[in-house]
Amino acid sequence: MTKKKSIFQLLTEKPWEKDQIQADNEHQGQTVNLSKQKLGLRTLMAASTVLFSLFIVAYSDRMLISDWKNMPEPWLLWLNTVILVISSIVFHMTTKYAENDVFDKTKNGLYFVGFLAYSFLIGQLIVWYQLMNTGYYATTNVANAFFYLFTTIHGLHIVGGIYFWGKTTSKFIKRSHKKEEINNLIDTCAVYWHFLLAVWIVLFGLMLSS
Amino acid sequence: MSDEYEHKLEAKSDYATDASSVPSTDIDSVPKAELPDQELYHSHSWWTTYVFSQDAKYIGIQYALTAVGTGLLGLVLSWLMRIQLAFPGLGWLDPAAYYQFVTMHGMIMVVYLLTALFLGGFGNLLIPLMCGARDMAFPYVNMLSYWAFVVAVVVLLASFFVPGGPTGAGWTLYPPQAITAGTPGSDMGIILMLISLILFVAGFTMGGLNYIITVLQLRARGMTLMRLPLTIWGIFTATVLAMFAFPALLVGCLMMTLDSLLGTSFFMPAMVSLGETLTHEGGSPILFQHLFWFFGHPEVYIVALPAFGIVSDLLSVHSRKTIFGYRMMVWAIVGIGALSFFVWAHHMYVSGMNPWFGFFFATTTLIIAVPTAIKVYNWILTLWRGNIQLSLPMLFSLGFIVTFLNGGLTGLFLGNVTVDVPLSDTYFVVAHFHMVMGIAPILVIFGAIYHWYPLITGRMMNETLGKIHFWITFIGSYAIYFPMHYQGFVGVPRRYFEIYDSPYIDTSTLLLNKFITIAVLIVGAAQLLFLYNLITSARLGKKSEKNPWKANSLEWQTPQMPPEHGNWGKELPKVYRWPYDFSVPGAKEDYIPQNQPPSEIIGAKVEKT
Repeated sequence: MTKKKSIFQLLTEKPWEKDQIQADNEHQGQTVNLSKQKLGLRTLMAASTVLFSLFIVAYSDRMLISDWKNMPEPWLLWLNTVILVISSIVFHMTTKYAENDVFDKTKNGLYFVGFLAYSFLIGQLIVWYQLMNTGYYATTNVANAFFYLFTTIHGLHIVGGIYFWGKTTSKFIKRSHKKEEINNLIDTCAVYWHFLLAVWIVLFGLMLSS
Repeated sequence: MSDEYEHKLEAKSDYATDASSVPSTDIDSVPKAELPDQELYHSHSWWTTYVFSQDAKYIGIQYALTAVGTGLLGLVLSWLMRIQLAFPGLGWLDPAAYYQFVTMHGMIMVVYLLTALFLGGFGNLLIPLMCGARDMAFPYVNMLSYWAFVVAVVVLLASFFVPGGPTGAGWTLYPPQAITAGTPGSDMGIILMLISLILFVAGFTMGGLNYIITVLQLRARGMTLMRLPLTIWGIFTATVLAMFAFPALLVGCLMMTLDSLLGTSFFMPAMVSLGETLTHEGGSPILFQHLFWFFGHPEVYIVALPAFGIVSDLLSVHSRKTIFGYRMMVWAIVGIGALSFFVWAHHMYVSGMNPWFGFFFATTTLIIAVPTAIKVYNWILTLWRGNIQLSLPMLFSLGFIVTFLNGGLTGLFLGNVTVDVPLSDTYFVVAHFHMVMGIAPILVIFGAIYHWYPLITGRMMNETLGKIHFWITFIGSYAIYFPMHYQGFVGVPRRYFEIYDSPYIDTSTLLLNKFITIAVLIVGAAQLLFLYNLITSARLGKKSEKNPWKANSLEWQTPQMPPEHGNWGKELPKVYRWPYDFSVPGAKEDYIPQNQPPSEIIGAKVEKT
């Protein structure tokens, strides 16, 4: 693989120079040394980051208007956050097990991650239920509406993650693909889990601090 | 002549001496492929071949046909509006219908025709072929992307059949009026529009993921980024813009859907409507405008950049000349893409803003004219002393340069706050944006269709019909939009469904309105000629040779033409140069394909790129 190059180096190459022609003829056709799943995930994470950033901008802008009433933070949200942190840690350990080829531990790790992800979603739904029972509807105040919107969008991202987690787990258990391919998928899922944890911490922090 | 040029000549002579001492294949050698060949999905049934196809070429054609079909509806809507404007006495449309048609025409043309056709259509067709890949990176996701687009179109069209009809809020969908009683389609119509846009964004994200990963990771050996055709640079950069810009539209659409369905107050301020106080309070309509235009301005370049890229390739091929300043062209594309995220509020000068804010956005808007002007100069310098073939793609490309320049210049006027404020609500703006992002990209699309039609069908389109089509379209669009500039200057307001016998509006503008409408009908009818040509040529057109335009880029170098499933037969192509080696001194032919090995062109003196 050729050396890693920054976007500026790539754009300022002089493809007519002798050395460059030789180097270019030896080019393998790949820009970065990443699997297409991993680079694809990074692209999606970049788009998601823009999406959540725009939500945060909208939140900060709307917050300045006088009708804004902060929402209480149910203690269950802290528990859900802890669940998400644990699932991220477990996923990280699972990738290490998978690398070292420990089948049972990897399998249990994957199952546990899935269990935690479902628990998180159920936890979020219970928070919704509690809030609605105490009269905090989306229409009551726009702060509540933002909370429901954030948790829904984040939850949908988790649901998408669970879909790919399911595909990866079944491939792992059936051992239907090469080991490197499956490990690549497990790594990719783990990165996504860390990303969703980071997004949640930012969103939760934003709601706590306002 | 620069140093680099000397180096290049040296490099060539090195090759020549090498060739005399060792077998000629040696100088062609490239290292073995380190990356495994792509696994392909092979369809087994009629359904998976023609309907739920996972082959990017088919998906591209599917995208293009769906987009063109939707675009025809947009064209018919413009006819209906123009008849109303020219002959208000007929009572042709009521105000509600007029606004609904304006809205649907705008949205269909910008999003469902141009974006889908350039990125979904040409992107899918050309990216794998021009990069030398067998298919897109994720063919299944690519198929989903197309079907999400189809559902989005169906939902959009369904809004014509719901109570209240489609939304009439204008294509910008500004709240509060978009979802307040009194605006046409403020119940069901707007909801379907928002859902359709959300589906479009979801579908596009899946497609865009494919375009980005395929361009970055699945190129042929030897195909560095700086050897890519400018078409790919344009489509790639536009896709990156879209991945960052569409989330803004998504956020706006989601929050407005909630405002409308649940009664939240993201954008809706406290209001009295029809004598009743609404439950909304405190929402910020300006917030929506910012979100919308943070999407809306890059959207202009999402349409323009692929057009820039494609037209560069057409000009180079059909004038048998190297593109002038390839690196500068790439930098201009990337630069325009980056700058396009810092100009959005020039659409909002009349919304009221801090003067310094307006000053900032006027400045950035004028700065973006610099890379754009570089591109126009480079196109003209590409033509300079070229062996210009007045083929159909060339005619349309020349039409594009003039039209784009025209629309770009009026853009410079409108970018200034003081000029924009009086002109903003007049036909001057209509004329400006139709020139720059309506006619200009459409001319490129036509040129591109005439150019790549043989690649799709193996047959050429009829030249005579094409020329008639070109001249009517080109002259006709000037007949339509030049008078509109004048109407704008004398102050004819846009968005009015009829111009009353107002003492402030000159009677000459009423006459012009009739003239414009007749031109619109003729130009629209000429598109039927194009469609006839498009359909009949697939069966009856002249059989095309393998590389009819003698182009260098990889899409014409496939073992079969039209390319088959998997594109490249057994061996993937190897790339030795960029795609612009035309009329090279000393070469046997006047073009050197990208995958032609150096041993076959000894003696050719390739110029510096």
